[in-house]
Amino acid sequence: MIEGIFVEGLIYGIMVLGVFITFRILDFPDLTVDGSFPLGAAIMASMIIGGYNVFIALFAAFLGGVAAGVVTAVIHNRLKVPNLLAGILTMTMLWSVNIRIMGNRANLPLLKQHTILTDITSWTEGIIPSDYTILIFFFFVAMAIKFALDLFFRTDMGLTLGALGNNEQMVISQGVNINLMKAIGVGLSNGLVAVSGAFTAQYQGFADVGLGTGIVVMGLASVMIGEFIFTSNRIAVLTFRVIIGSIIYKGIMYLGRYYGYHIGLTPNDLKLVAGLLIIICLMIAQGKKRNLFKKVAA
Amino acid sequence: MIRLENITKVFNQGTVNENTALRGISLRVKEGDFITIVGSNGAGKTTLFNTIAGSFQPTTGDIFFNEDNVTKMPEFRRAKYIGRIFQDPLLGTASNMSLEDNMMICYKKGFKGLKISLNSRMREKFRDELKILEMGLETRMEHNLQLFSGGQRQALTLLMTVLSHPDLILLDEHTAALDPKNAALILELTDRFILEKKLTAMMITHNMSHAIKYGNRILMMHKGEIILDISGEEKKNLTVEGLVKKFYDVKHEELTNDELLMSHE
Repeated sequence: MIEGIFVEGLIYGIMVLGVFITFRILDFPDLTVDGSFPLGAAIMASMIIGGYNVFIALFAAFLGGVAAGVVTAVIHNRLKVPNLLAGILTMTMLWSVNIRIMGNRANLPLLKQHTILTDITSWTEGIIPSDYTILIFFFFVAMAIKFALDLFFRTDMGLTLGALGNNEQMVISQGVNINLMKAIGVGLSNGLVAVSGAFTAQYQGFADVGLGTGIVVMGLASVMIGEFIFTSNRIAVLTFRVIIGSIIYKGIMYLGRYYGYHIGLTPNDLKLVAGLLIIICLMIAQGKKRNLFKKVAA
Repeated sequence: MIRLENITKVFNQGTVNENTALRGISLRVKEGDFITIVGSNGAGKTTLFNTIAGSFQPTTGDIFFNEDNVTKMPEFRRAKYIGRIFQDPLLGTASNMSLEDNMMICYKKGFKGLKISLNSRMREKFRDELKILEMGLETRMEHNLQLFSGGQRQALTLLMTVLSHPDLILLDEHTAALDPKNAALILELTDRFILEKKLTAMMITHNMSHAIKYGNRILMMHKGEIILDISGEEKKNLTVEGLVKKFYDVKHEELTNDELLMSHE
């Protein structure tokens, strides 16, 4: 139970890192996520069933996500479409693409298939309970991705991406093609989202075309929850905050499911809860700002 | 070095809002020139800068950098040759990043790769460079720029622009948004840097006495045209009254722009 919250928090944390890159670093509200999450799941599941090596399948899922993000960025850059609409376009198209990838099916079960998770739990069988093996595995995966991102955002390219969300003119003035930078940033973000989708499919034991509905809201809520914990301008702290936020979000959702039962909440109500959570976060954030002003005035 | 040939810029062409911002501008900027540009609002000064920097393309005419035609070159490619400083001090730097990160981004122009260049040697170098400004910024390398004043940020933008040694620096009223003390400071720094590093620069100003005091050449723009182009000895002996009279001689109308006349000291 408790380890389930952490495992889900870590798996979704990879997706939230992607959402964090677009929404917070690039200032590019990207809704492709709702499509690239099941895209990752679909690629992973169909390649596992097709008998491919699981790591090749995972890498393919990552590349699929990158491609989806690049499509959104190109639509936005070339056709001068607002980024929100570009994301919705890609997301909508991905619905059909995902069903195609799964062989014209909306759902692909992974029962009795070799996944990364079954491989890993079989190695530690008898030593560590499988639930904890999975928890340890995802802890290392999430941390590895987090540290890789920290490193990336300290490179010249990463720094430039950081400046892009704040000040496009400055980045142009440095002789950088901002269209290319946006494609790299949004691509990377959706690559991470697809990896998260690929792990979700293995953890839940199926890929489903509806897996991504509302995922971007979930990601944004997690980012916002994380932002209440502490403030910093160091990228390592920011990415850490994102993962913590994701775990707390999953915790809140678990409580919603567990205790919500008593007040008549069903799993179908959880999306409403997620939306309300964001609204509450925004209200608290606004309240904070108002207090700040009062202090300055006094 | 930089040559504009018969540049015209028409906004909203073919509509009721049609507006000709530049009318057949031809200009030759020589290496080492420090050109000041004055003119009332709507004279086309900023449009001229936008055209040179490549923010948009001229309606007609050609732009040459060192004999290469760059009229169609996108802004980010041209940025390798041009350093531009805007009136808004926030436009030159990223608020959400630290001083050292900003300096790293501005250190080299062009595509940024996957190299981590910001190391202790770089920091040492940046610290030495910041000491030139004498603002104590070298002790605040890790602070986010939103904590800095407009004057400090503009000084920093100026320093970073100068250090990248562009072929041409465009200064678009870069002291207008600052308080008088900081404005004077930035202007002195600008003059010092341009002379010391032998840079080529164009500076838009609303202040006629600044335009006369600084630089080796002065352009006056009016309704999309360059109506006065004074350099050499004549520029050195110029006074505000002399400039107003020259304007009258050319246009046979009084220079009525209050802002332009009020702002000389």
